[in-house]
Amino acid sequence: MIEVKNVFFTYPTGVEALKGISLSIRNGEFVAIMGQNGAGKTTLVKQFNGLLKPTKGEVLVDGVSTRNISVARLARKVGFVFQNPDHQLFSETVEEEIAFALRNFGFKENTLKKRVTWALNLLDLTEYRKTSPFMLSGGERKRVALASVLAWNPKVVILDEPTIGQDHRQKEILRQFIVQLNAQGKTVVIVTHDVEFVAECSPRVVLMAQGQIVADGDAKRILTDPNVALQASIVPPQITQVFLGLTDLGLSTDVIDVSEATKVLLEYLEGGNR
Amino acid sequence: MSVFEGFRFRHVSSPIHRRDPRVKFLYVLVSFIAAIMFNELPLLLVLFFLPTPFVLLAGVQRQWLRSLRGAMFLASFLFVFNLIFGFLSPENIPKTMSPPEYAFAMSLRFLDLVESFSIFFLTTSPDHLSLALEQSRVPYEFTFAFTTAVRFVPVLAEEAQTIMDAQKARGLELEKGNFMKRVRNYIPILIPLIVSSIRRSLELAEAMESRGWGASKKRTNLYALKMRRGDWVLAIVSLLFLVTVIYVRLYVPVPTFTMLLPK
Repeated sequence: MIEVKNVFFTYPTGVEALKGISLSIRNGEFVAIMGQNGAGKTTLVKQFNGLLKPTKGEVLVDGVSTRNISVARLARKVGFVFQNPDHQLFSETVEEEIAFALRNFGFKENTLKKRVTWALNLLDLTEYRKTSPFMLSGGERKRVALASVLAWNPKVVILDEPTIGQDHRQKEILRQFIVQLNAQGKTVVIVTHDVEFVAECSPRVVLMAQGQIVADGDAKRILTDPNVALQASIVPPQITQVFLGLTDLGLSTDVIDVSEATKVLLEYLEGGNR
Repeated sequence: MSVFEGFRFRHVSSPIHRRDPRVKFLYVLVSFIAAIMFNELPLLLVLFFLPTPFVLLAGVQRQWLRSLRGAMFLASFLFVFNLIFGFLSPENIPKTMSPPEYAFAMSLRFLDLVESFSIFFLTTSPDHLSLALEQSRVPYEFTFAFTTAVRFVPVLAEEAQTIMDAQKARGLELEKGNFMKRVRNYIPILIPLIVSSIRRSLELAEAMESRGWGASKKRTNLYALKMRRGDWVLAIVSLLFLVTVIYVRLYVPVPTFTMLLPK
């Protein structure tokens, strides 16, 4: 689906943000791109929909190089939800906001209406159909931004820092939603610092540091490896930290979510009682 | 957005950067007056190249050129409009000039204005600027509002870029359609930009009040501006420049290219 071939990228200011990235994202995959501030995460995903073009190397989306195609045409395939919904909301009603992209892509009026209704329903926004997006709460605005992208049903959805500023409940709703989207076959790419969130979703993790990929693989393998974590200055999930501290008990340390931890601990305790 | 680049201050030191902002402002004001007083192309060309030594001395030529390139779009706009109106109603332009020369002169005058302001902002730190205003007895509220506005220009430019990216990612094509459609294309960019600026200004006001802004009536400053020899030199040069400009305007007939060229 997305093929990144030895990509280098330097900003006009001279900052070298990507230094030889190679990465392949298959159709239907769920990828979390992680790493410290300034590691090049956002710069990398902006290459996926052509907002930035590689200085050297190339990015192929569905086999087509991003150099030869406009952002608007790429956006049809690759939806990008920006970190701050306030950077995109401008319409008088939520409904109009969602219809904006559909109009840009030239959807017919009756298809457009159906799509808007579908997207409102998908993100539980139907009651706000005629409300101004500026009157909504932060979490709701985020959902409107997400709906406005999902409405045109892109093959790939990129979410930049989806969990920032969201309370626990919103986060959980978002997590279930993303997992569900992915289960329905959509390729999902998230950019995040939120280790706990990633641990709960358990996607493929691509870890970046200083414009390079330092690790790529299963969330379980990468988040539980203290050396890898150190390199990209992330901290293993809290539950993993507990298990890393309990190595004396002979327990395995590759545990990243709570339900699994409960299971492992219960088994250990029952074994000890016997 | 590159026109904003030309107004972003960078911390470097040069004989121009070290000059008292008040004197630099006097110089800018004089070049401003000069550009407004003349509409003859040959003199506007001279005015255009006059600041080059200052730019080279300050070592800001790259940013300066960038700001001029950014202003080019508006300048070409001015050129086209003046050209059209010059041909439509030739009685409104000076008899000594052909419409193309007049149109060119008007857009060059605009560039002259942009360039002198650009030099000022490129070589004057916001802190110096606010000091200069304060020492000129401008009330601190105004000084603060002004320097905040200047300081937030690059932030705003960056934000505009992010918003543009976000809307492009939703299929917005800024360069598509006829003239009216293109203007309308900017609505999805301007509204979020205005809304977030208002939000930011409210947040800024709250943050300032929580840090006791305006608690004491009389303010003191760590640094005070003092006129040095170089400042006096620049001030005298600027005043001489002003006198010359007024003298030329009043007593010297300035030719135009239309008059110089054989019919």
